Amino acid sequence: MKRRSFVKALALSASIAAIGATSFAAHAADTIKVGILHSLSGTMAISETALKETALMTIDEINAAGGVMGKKLEPVVVDPASNWPLFAEKARQLISQDKVAVVFGCWTSVSRKSVLPVFKELNGLLFYPVQYEGEELEKNVFYTGAAPNQQAIPAVEYLMSKDGGSAKRFVLLGTDYVYPRTTNKILRAFLKSKGVAEADIMEDYTPFGHSDYQTIIAKIKKFASEGKKTAVISTINGDSNVPFYKELGNAGLKATDVPVVAFSVGEEELRGVDTKPLVGHLAAWNYFMSLKNAENDAFVKKYKDWAVKAKLPNADKVVTNDPMEATYVGIHMWKQAVEKAKSTDTDKVIAAMGGQTYKAPSGFTLTMDKTNHHLHKPVYIGEIRADGQFNVVWKTKEPIRAQPWSPFIPGNESKQKL
Amino acid sequence: MNRLIACLLLFASLCAGSARAAMDPALLAGLAADESDDKIAAIAKVAALADADALRVLVAMSKDNLMIAGDKFYIADGDKLSDAATGAELSARPDGLDSLTINNRVRSALDSALAGLRLFSPNRDKRYAAARELQDSADAALLPLIERALKSEQDAEIRTLLQYAQAVANLQNADAAVRLEAAKALSSSSNPSIKSTLLSRLQKQGDSYAEADEKVRAEIADSIKQIDKRLARADAIARVFTGVSLGSILLLAALGLAITYGVMGVINMAHGELLMVGAYSAYFMQGVFRAHWPDSTDWYLVAAVPLAFFAAAAVGVLMERTVIRFLYGRPLETLLATWGLSLVLIQAARVLFGAQNVEVANPGWMSGAIEVLPNVVLPWNRIVIIGFAGFVLSLVWLLMNRTRLGMFVRAVTQNRAMAGCVGVPTARIDTLAFAIGAGIAGLGGLALSQIANVGPDMGQGYIVDSFMVVVLGGVGQLAGAVWAALGLGVASKFLEGWTGAVIAKILVLVFIIVFIQKRPQGLFALKGRFVES
Repeated sequence: MKRRSFVKALALSASIAAIGATSFAAHAADTIKVGILHSLSGTMAISETALKETALMTIDEINAAGGVMGKKLEPVVVDPASNWPLFAEKARQLISQDKVAVVFGCWTSVSRKSVLPVFKELNGLLFYPVQYEGEELEKNVFYTGAAPNQQAIPAVEYLMSKDGGSAKRFVLLGTDYVYPRTTNKILRAFLKSKGVAEADIMEDYTPFGHSDYQTIIAKIKKFASEGKKTAVISTINGDSNVPFYKELGNAGLKATDVPVVAFSVGEEELRGVDTKPLVGHLAAWNYFMSLKNAENDAFVKKYKDWAVKAKLPNADKVVTNDPMEATYVGIHMWKQAVEKAKSTDTDKVIAAMGGQTYKAPSGFTLTMDKTNHHLHKPVYIGEIRADGQFNVVWKTKEPIRAQPWSPFIPGNESKQKL
Repeated sequence: MNRLIACLLLFASLCAGSARAAMDPALLAGLAADESDDKIAAIAKVAALADADALRVLVAMSKDNLMIAGDKFYIADGDKLSDAATGAELSARPDGLDSLTINNRVRSALDSALAGLRLFSPNRDKRYAAARELQDSADAALLPLIERALKSEQDAEIRTLLQYAQAVANLQNADAAVRLEAAKALSSSSNPSIKSTLLSRLQKQGDSYAEADEKVRAEIADSIKQIDKRLARADAIARVFTGVSLGSILLLAALGLAITYGVMGVINMAHGELLMVGAYSAYFMQGVFRAHWPDSTDWYLVAAVPLAFFAAAAVGVLMERTVIRFLYGRPLETLLATWGLSLVLIQAARVLFGAQNVEVANPGWMSGAIEVLPNVVLPWNRIVIIGFAGFVLSLVWLLMNRTRLGMFVRAVTQNRAMAGCVGVPTARIDTLAFAIGAGIAGLGGLALSQIANVGPDMGQGYIVDSFMVVVLGGVGQLAGAVWAALGLGVASKFLEGWTGAVIAKILVLVFIIVFIQKRPQGLFALKGRFVES
């Protein structure tokens, strides 16, 4: 116990020192402070570091174009280190000490849940850029990632379709925390409504940072040899994905036999993996780097230029992914809302957010729903290519409205109109 | 694979001497159909040509190398571009070139079609791979091809696979007698996919079974039972292997600690960070090889072995000389001080290499797997690590039991004052022993870099496991560490099979707590006066 609080104290004092250094010049200039709350170390750093870079790039872009209401944006970056309680401490520090107007941050649902009370108490504003399990609708949060009906449900429908392989048996595999557990609860109910028997669903969880997937792959193989086409739905998060996909490749489990569709694996997570044995495995997102449209070309180029400018490691090989796009769209929509409200006051910005539109790199004009704080998003399903990018094999014709309260969870019937 | 394409191109150009007509463009056009059904039909038509052209086009398509511009088709091969229909190389890239995308359904149709074409390849390995591909996915359309291949095939292994393929295709035959024969033939297989195919024949669709004849159903059920028996055996083998593999990793992680804690009694909380130093040595060496000897990158790991040992040993010496030597015999202070050192080392790694995980690639000779049985696949990286654990273990054993230094270390641990009296330089021995323990931790980290993520705080995940192994094995005993590591590895893998990874981890911890309560000295206890003292 002592050890833990000592770590916290140490990390806190170190970060306070760091913040002090970065915000030194801020007091004099007339700027709007913007908080960036992403893990830059620990198990989630693999995913979240790129979001910090995207946020900095977008802020840089907005500043270059004249800022917001004539004021420059000033990013305040903190590192909650994949430590959920630390997320809350850092959020509190951003809002009450640094007085930021808005925070862009969090990836895992457990980190979002841990900062929620802080944002409610201090009436802060959080933009959350990652797909999640739904079952939440907070006044102080805008969700620019997908709700289950904008990612998980269409992906499973695709797997059950003829082109997706007409899967009849499903392995629900995830990291052990709130997002995979809730998503799998929704998916289980959905599969049951489609006539899939209890015996044809296998659910399995691993701890954060798990690195030995031999047993699980062997179990999947066994489960798949029962006479029905089997598919794996993976909600594994963070750097566990690297050993998981490595093991999958080594074990020779091919996508044509047992396809794996992942909800938290994008271009960024696959950078450290040899993707040749993984060709054909799937991911469902609302954006892929390989989409061809003018907005995306510009977005990818901007990020590549930023990587060179910010001297990121392997700057020539950087990729963009869905949560990065959601971060980018979120910051731009916040800017538009601030300009509409002519204020950075939380309540006024929240009122101005509903109905905002932005022409996004996903190739559609995305709309912030008038009431439910979620974006209307298109859904894409992609297959992994040998070069680590995705081929889109299925997509919706137009953006679809989010259902944060899944109709497949009992008790949510009255909340469908939200 | 590129070699295969090259061979095919060569073959194609040889054929070209006999004034060969180009492929019909209408055939190719079907490959770009919107609907997967039409694409699959077009693939079957192209495959029916059964010539080098068809193979070339289908191989390109399966590797995402078939390109389309307007209504013309091209094949990309690196920077080169050739016309798909004729095989003629192009000098200029046409406008609007886009690759033809395929999905899994089309891909598996392509795989079967290609396997059918390759059944007659002069290369034995290719025929084998093709037969393996077909053994569980053959259908009536491929049957004539398989039967033709069976007539000419001499290799016994390939023949067996082809016979399975033939039987699988015959399961759909209209004649019940043929189906019965096929079900019988499949009973000798030990392939889970064939079991799956058989099971699918027993499923009910509405009121009727997929397999209408009752006798055939009984035969199928019988075959499944026989396959299951073989599968269960293979399953046990696979579990023991995964357990041994986990055990070897635990052993590599804990061996260094077995010396520093087990033999010297230093509670080294920075042990995990010594593993991290070893893992980063692999990353560093990989970078050096990529920059200077890109052709022999595969061997960076071998070069990293001495580096990992000496880098970690150097860190160990530094720790011992500056901090730990002042704290011998004061376990609580050592614990706090080494824990502080671990934070310093983590932060140092963050500053030097960045906070994010770094990519350490498996060398080519450690990628992939060998298939012992159809459902027992042993990945090379794990086999190499098991071997490496054995190597390090024997090294440590030799060092401790067969060298003068080892004798001194044992002497100092057993009775420091007496050893000093007979002229053993105890302080220097302490430093050297600590350095060796640290160096061995470095070797463990090197092995970990091949299967786990390499990042600044990777060591934190292994420190608890390492202490678990040493404490369970019995402090001061190498043999204890070996048995404890293997036992824990196999036990957690068997538990994982039943309960899932999360519960398994809890159960293992509960077991260790109970065990230590009943037997505080661990599995193997040193006998002698000094233990009691």
